[in-house]
Amino acid sequence: MPEHERPEPFRTAGSGTPLPAVEAETMGGLAGPPEVPGAPGAPQGSGVQPAAGRARSLWSDAWHDLRRNPVFLVSGLLIVFFVLIAVWPSLLTSTDPLDCDITLSQEGSRAGHPFGFDTQGCDVFARTVYGARASVAVGVCATAGAALLGGVLGGLAGFFGGWWDALLSRIADMFFAIPMLLGGLVFLSVVPSGSVWPVVGFIVLLGWPQLARIARGSVLTVKQADFVQAARALGAGNTRLLLRHLAPNAVAPVIVVATIALGTYIALEATLSYLGVGLKPPTVSWGIDISEASKQIRNAPHMLLWPAGALSLTVLAFIMLGDAVRDALDPKLR
Amino acid sequence: MGRYVIRRLLQMVPVFIGATFLIFVMVYALGDPVAALSGDRAPDPATAAQIRRELHLDEPLWQQYLQYMGQIFTGNFGTTFDGLQVLDKMGTAFPVTLRLTAVAIVAEIVVGVTLGVLSGLRRGRLLDTGVLVLTLVVVSVPTFVSGYVLQYLLGVKWGWVTPAVPIGAPLDALLLPGCVLALVSLAYVTRLTRTSIAENARADYVRTAVAKGLPRRRIVVRHLLRNSLIPVVTFIGADIGSLMGGAVVTERIFNVHGVGYELYQGIVRQNSPTVVGFVTVLVIVFLLANLIVDLLYAVLDPRIRYA
Repeated sequence: MPEHERPEPFRTAGSGTPLPAVEAETMGGLAGPPEVPGAPGAPQGSGVQPAAGRARSLWSDAWHDLRRNPVFLVSGLLIVFFVLIAVWPSLLTSTDPLDCDITLSQEGSRAGHPFGFDTQGCDVFARTVYGARASVAVGVCATAGAALLGGVLGGLAGFFGGWWDALLSRIADMFFAIPMLLGGLVFLSVVPSGSVWPVVGFIVLLGWPQLARIARGSVLTVKQADFVQAARALGAGNTRLLLRHLAPNAVAPVIVVATIALGTYIALEATLSYLGVGLKPPTVSWGIDISEASKQIRNAPHMLLWPAGALSLTVLAFIMLGDAVRDALDPKLR
Repeated sequence: MGRYVIRRLLQMVPVFIGATFLIFVMVYALGDPVAALSGDRAPDPATAAQIRRELHLDEPLWQQYLQYMGQIFTGNFGTTFDGLQVLDKMGTAFPVTLRLTAVAIVAEIVVGVTLGVLSGLRRGRLLDTGVLVLTLVVVSVPTFVSGYVLQYLLGVKWGWVTPAVPIGAPLDALLLPGCVLALVSLAYVTRLTRTSIAENARADYVRTAVAKGLPRRRIVVRHLLRNSLIPVVTFIGADIGSLMGGAVVTERIFNVHGVGYELYQGIVRQNSPTVVGFVTVLVIVFLLANLIVDLLYAVLDPRIRYA
């Protein structure tokens, strides 16, 4: 492949603006500029050759950009790491997060227990590692549910229009009028279970209108495109139009918004758990631990800082990923 | 203009009914107010039945809802289970939260828009990169973490501000809580302004303004900023509702006795009239804020006319 011999960046034609690497520099600027091959000063001349006749789709184009984007690489690695410890927490720690010794209450770090102990004498490191599971599970499931529900409903509304569209938009308005955190407090306070599923269900319930709105707008835009007219003129039915032509071309904004939403959903779950209505002990969750630790912040700040740091890092990773994906998929910025 | 406002107000009615009904269902159908009223012990069945009758809890849900809404429009938000008027509670709680939200919005506008303009004009430079990294970090730290950390550092360790807000909530004590409340939105405002400014900075009208020799300050403030503010105004308008709702966390950290505090108490103790009443008012605030935003468009962009 010629890509290895010629490491210069290339952008698609028409990139009059030297700006697509700007967001990339948010991290590149810290890690050292040489990492950013797409620096604004690079010559644009190489933009033609690597395509080599084969037209690249939006997706392969985006993938090409993403692989060179340090923000994507950093956030991707972080996410892989967090997903990994969510699935196999025993990779990092052999301590049971529920195996606590009250005589060690609020002790600082020591050999084998790098993050110290919390009020109950549980190992903070083990609890931080095991806490990833709840957060990642809630984030991924809620986003998948909301994106699927919102994407399908919004997409259909955008495609068919008419009364279905009007009805759906009004229903979405109703959900929008309820602040997410308040709705969560009210809804989850009456659900007795403390497992992840009510939390996931609630986030899907209040989260889908946002994605439906994005999907609807996206389908409305793509619907006007010439290739849709062409497909219709060739006799394609609604199902074929929707699945083969509209869905692949309209799904990009939904993916971008969903990725960023994933980060905010994780933060929302932690906030709800902190307020005592989300996940409940014995489920290990960063939100619960932070809530417990906040009462003791003056005596033992380490109990708060480690789970809070892990939570913030996870949210940051997903928001950065969403940013990077948007930069790669949004032709406006090229 | 007048006709547009009336049409929008009419459109709000179904949204208002739907949103409040949703909350009503969650509180009254999923929860059990009578069980909550009697605390940990199971209530005596006869007494429970009598309370249900008195509070109309034995009627179908939609009838309860209609009754409740009828009362609200005569200014009666009902009585809490501990015998206080919900309206009185609102009278003490809402001014506090309004002040808190006002501090937050001012912080968003002043700091967020300023940072956004500065970094948008210097896209790709050091300041821009710094601001971008900063906003990313701020967005990803949840409010309840940043709240505790700032309270600990500024309030306890360095003693710059009072760590807890006294009763009555004077404006200067609300400075830190307001900023904490604003923090995440502030980062979004910064990024939004930055993108918008950077996009518009290449517009023809800016080039024209430069070409005819206007001073830079005037170009930025009168031409560029005014045209770039529409998405920011939309965001801030939609944010008012979530700020007042999000105050639950901030008010808990800083011991502010506002809407969030009352709502949290109401939810934890399942004090249904308090919860439904407060949320209903918040929904109205959200809808009105969105209407005002739409009307502001016409001020910012004279091309937009409402017939």
